[in-house]
Amino acid sequence: MNVDELAELAQTYRDEEAPVRHEVRVCMAASCQSSGSTPVFEALEKSCSERGASCKVKGVGCMGLCSAGPLVAVADHGSDLAHSTLYRDVTPADAPDIAAGIDGAPVERLRCPTDQPFFARQQRIVLENSGVIDPESFRGYIAAGGYAALVKALSDMRPADVVQEVIASGLRGRGGGGYPTGLKWSTVAKMSDAQKYVVCNADEGDPGAFMDRAVLESDPHRVLEGMAIAGYAVGANKGYVYVRAEYPLAVDRLATAIRKAKRGGFLGSKVAETQFEFDVEIRLGAGAFVCGEETALMASIEGLRGQPRPRPPYPAEYGLWGHPTLINNVETFANIAPIVRNGGAWFASIGTAKSKGTKVFALAGRINNTGLIEVPMGTTLADIIEVIGGGIPGGKAVKAVQTGGPSGGCVPAPHLDIPVDYDSLKSLGTMMGSGGMIVMDESSDMVDVARYFMEFCMTESCGKCVPCRAGTQQMHGLLDRIARSQGTREDLALLEELCEVVQATSLCGLGQTAPNPVLSTLRYFRDEYERKLVPGA
Amino acid sequence: MALQQARPAMPSDDKRWKLVNGTMRRNGFAGHALIETLHSVQDAFGYLDEPSLRFVASSLDLPLSKVYGVATFYHLFRLKPKGRHACVVCAGTACYIKGSGALVDAVEKRFGVKPGETTGDDRLSVLTARCVGACGLAPAVVVDGNVLGKQSAEGLLAQIEELR
Repeated sequence: MNVDELAELAQTYRDEEAPVRHEVRVCMAASCQSSGSTPVFEALEKSCSERGASCKVKGVGCMGLCSAGPLVAVADHGSDLAHSTLYRDVTPADAPDIAAGIDGAPVERLRCPTDQPFFARQQRIVLENSGVIDPESFRGYIAAGGYAALVKALSDMRPADVVQEVIASGLRGRGGGGYPTGLKWSTVAKMSDAQKYVVCNADEGDPGAFMDRAVLESDPHRVLEGMAIAGYAVGANKGYVYVRAEYPLAVDRLATAIRKAKRGGFLGSKVAETQFEFDVEIRLGAGAFVCGEETALMASIEGLRGQPRPRPPYPAEYGLWGHPTLINNVETFANIAPIVRNGGAWFASIGTAKSKGTKVFALAGRINNTGLIEVPMGTTLADIIEVIGGGIPGGKAVKAVQTGGPSGGCVPAPHLDIPVDYDSLKSLGTMMGSGGMIVMDESSDMVDVARYFMEFCMTESCGKCVPCRAGTQQMHGLLDRIARSQGTREDLALLEELCEVVQATSLCGLGQTAPNPVLSTLRYFRDEYERKLVPGA
Repeated sequence: MALQQARPAMPSDDKRWKLVNGTMRRNGFAGHALIETLHSVQDAFGYLDEPSLRFVASSLDLPLSKVYGVATFYHLFRLKPKGRHACVVCAGTACYIKGSGALVDAVEKRFGVKPGETTGDDRLSVLTARCVGACGLAPAVVVDGNVLGKQSAEGLLAQIEELR
């Protein structure tokens, strides 16, 4: 199959939808389902049924503004979220009004303006199909231009060209580390082993992060396409998606997508009628945060306890069952198709000098617009919180923004004007992480926050290396004492010393970064710790 | 010529063992299918008891110690049966900031069970989760598989009371 043949197929699928003038898109991602979008979908189908083929009620993925769910968008066929009439907090009882408003005046009481900054300030690359296409429809993905990048790579590019495009794009790993993706790909591509693997890390363990889940639930084919392109580029014929068992809907949709992609000829023995072979299998996690670490993740795929091992050798050289393995995160793979489609230079024109492209963030905590956003790298935190996020409820002031989960740190209010990119965040003692942003207002107790994250790391420590296993326990004990106003100055000094030791001597990222929330809160909110110390002691 | 290794007999004639066997067969009875297999045991029976661990170990030709090690390493695997109803309070950061601690306290006060415990009458198991990914709806609670968003202590207790 070449690019033109695929374009023709996409046109056929679009033509099939030609009678549809209006689409009623109901968000069927996990968050909106939790707020009751399934009955809304059924009610809308009933109310719109008399309109016949000109109106289609369609389940779609995440539209972003999770706090206003269930969300329903009425759009002309083929138009995007910005050009639709969006309704918020929809109930089944609203269905007749929404159906009546398709031709007539929109239902004002439910309107959620799409020209507000939350939508207008976003730039959607990873999420371009999210909230627009039906994630369970293979035809829908093809009609939206899906698998065109894979076919382009297979028919017009050599594997080395694909790697070159990814290098040129400047894409860095979206799982948190920020390692240059192109470099990783070229390392695996250079290995001479006949058996190589591609692994997608969908073990989104950071509490407060749900970007990967949204991508898998909203546009699973996009991830598969990225993995298949990666397989072609590095010479692998087998892929695994390691996904949390806590995400049943994402697992379900991914499994459907794999099945349909195989049937459609985009996975399996002859991908897009070429000699390229690529199969993808799902591996379920079982609730261990440490499995987000790549060597622990591989151990878990092999059916072992998820314990990390020292690196080097890196997975690129010695990975699954000893074979070279390319491990990237969900969002990284989701960026691949647009890069191949539009070229690395196009991607590199977005973002900052050292952080290219966009980043998906999950906004949560004390903020008005909680949900999922995608903005160009370099957007300032203040913009994200105050403008896109709509500020803090109750007119309170931002105290800090936590990024990077239990491995990251806080950005205090005076520094909110920093651009969000890998290096700026690092300079403030935190990290990009996978994209969770938790906003805290003046009522948040920072010592308590530090204790919360330490408790997390303590229970999630796999127990293999002593600094992490014993260190997190001791640090948690000290933090607990201080938080209960029973700590002394010596306790605080010991805590700081322990932070250094655990950071320097732990085996894997979990232990090495476990002290970060403490160090970061100490850096900016030391007075809160000191106020809690036993006076005079 | 490869030796055909004898598969152990199923622990009982309970039909659910066929599901478990099916998972192992699909993976060629390979040792690396251990986690998948344990998932399928737990899906079928609700928890992992000793006979099932022994059965899985001998079917996959793994030492029991390794199977036990994996079963106890991962938080999702349960070695004890859970109550008829499960209330999972999300303890992710967003829920924590928005007061999931108060929900756990309220449930403990009313029903006398801490996270990880089950009431004496087997009616309710209380658990906490490391983020269920419903951060936009914080604080979130999963009651019998249904995610309930923006919960208050009173609202949650009322919902649990309704469960029979």
